[in-house]
Amino acid sequence: MTELPGHILDDDVIAELHAGPAGNVLEAVDVRRRYGSNEVLRGVSFGIKRGEVKAILGPSGSGKSTLLRCLALLEPLDGGEIRLDGERVGAREGRDGRLAPLPEAALARQRSDIGMVFQRFNLFPHLSAVGNVMIGLTEVRKRSSGDARDVAERILERVGLGHRKDYFPSELSGGQQQRVAIARALVMKPKVMLFDEPTSALDPELVGEVLRVMEELAREGMTMVVVTHEIGFARGVASRVLMMDEGQIIEDGPPEQLLSNPQQERTRRFLEAVRE
Amino acid sequence: MGFDVDIFLQALTSKALREAVPVSVSLAVVSFLAGVAIGFIVALMRASRLRLVRYVGWTYVWLFRAIPTIVLLFFVWNALPQIFPALAGPGFLPFYAAVIGLSVNEGAYAAEIIRGGLLSIDDGQRQAARALGMPPSAVFRRIVAPQVIRVVIPPMANDFITLLKLTSLAYAVSLREIITVTQTQIASSFRFAEWFGAAAVYYIVLVSIFMVGQAWLERRFVWTSEARSGSGGGILRGFGALGGGLGGARR
Repeated sequence: MTELPGHILDDDVIAELHAGPAGNVLEAVDVRRRYGSNEVLRGVSFGIKRGEVKAILGPSGSGKSTLLRCLALLEPLDGGEIRLDGERVGAREGRDGRLAPLPEAALARQRSDIGMVFQRFNLFPHLSAVGNVMIGLTEVRKRSSGDARDVAERILERVGLGHRKDYFPSELSGGQQQRVAIARALVMKPKVMLFDEPTSALDPELVGEVLRVMEELAREGMTMVVVTHEIGFARGVASRVLMMDEGQIIEDGPPEQLLSNPQQERTRRFLEAVRE
Repeated sequence: MGFDVDIFLQALTSKALREAVPVSVSLAVVSFLAGVAIGFIVALMRASRLRLVRYVGWTYVWLFRAIPTIVLLFFVWNALPQIFPALAGPGFLPFYAAVIGLSVNEGAYAAEIIRGGLLSIDDGQRQAARALGMPPSAVFRRIVAPQVIRVVIPPMANDFITLLKLTSLAYAVSLREIITVTQTQIASSFRFAEWFGAAAVYYIVLVSIFMVGQAWLERRFVWTSEARSGSGGGILRGFGALGGGLGGARR
């Protein structure tokens, strides 16, 4: 069992998370996305307030990963908009009233305020753990490498990987890799963290160490959207649970209600299937 | 006539051959570097979003892989000066002609290797880099390129060795490289076995030296904490890796 040495986030970050106004940090408004003739997202709207944790459930193919990639500004929208702290991000309205994606440089700046954790970790294999965590600071935040290294080492320590900081991804277990990936995103001080099935690629015995880091982040007030199949995590940590099916949110409620007494037949069947 | 060891040794240590070696090596190195630069551009063209650009890239690879290298060399050396009189003067050295012919040819092969390298990088790598907020140039420079380089080292090394031996075709442009010199010596001595033997020895030695360099380079692209902490050794570790490669044809 990896013990976390204490707070993961810096105290000033925690204070800021608790002090800010309670508006929506991130908001999806009628988000639409299609691949060819396949409508993957058919008008998804939801908001997430500061310090909130939203869990998104749904069968594979329901569009939850696509939704997360759209929120992370990694995919253009075919309709609707995404707002970060109340301002539209990712696209702007052209003169003809149609949506046009922002140029890549502007997108990059906006993405740096949104943390993303992938199912398959996507650590950079040519960089050590500390190198993976540093690179956003040096390349995007333009911090000096000594400075970035200090910050990176501190956060690796806090996710329980201080002793593994010089190891390369190929030398780390899945759980360790995913914790490095979380640290890599956190170090950018994102306004919101997005998790795309962060434990689905892990061996069962490694799931716990990743979930513990996420629970601690939630406790410290991080704003989080988590696509997951971990019902226990959704029940214990999420403030709201959304159920997605066929590109839409079909149910939205507090965890105890949605997980114990779902209103939709589709949700009930999904939960039964997941629990088995 | 037999095989005269003395003549062989004389050939091996002859001034003529010793002077030809740097010509062959520099021709190979310059053509390789230029070819990789061409290949890089062509590989990017083949991955372009614009169809016309993709076609131009494809056509380059198709054309210059299809034309025999020696035909290219003859063309550059004999035909180009007829088409462009500016090249007819004495300033158009055999070395330049050989570099043009070989690098144009090498570019087509390098393009395919680099294209394969780019395709081998998991899209999750680019996604993770973009998600951090890296602009496209940084994504390429810091994330994609190092991984592509590692993938392309073995096929590129293979290509370089091929190219080193292809420099012998530069006798077609009367460049005084190893084979041209060897032929000249044979023309006056008629000692085929000794002189070709000596030329072969030079190629074997050159390729061997290069293989040590390759092994050393590959070591630098082993991404483990152990490889990173043990920094001593350098070229000597390259020898070790070469030995390992000879010991068992694993992989």
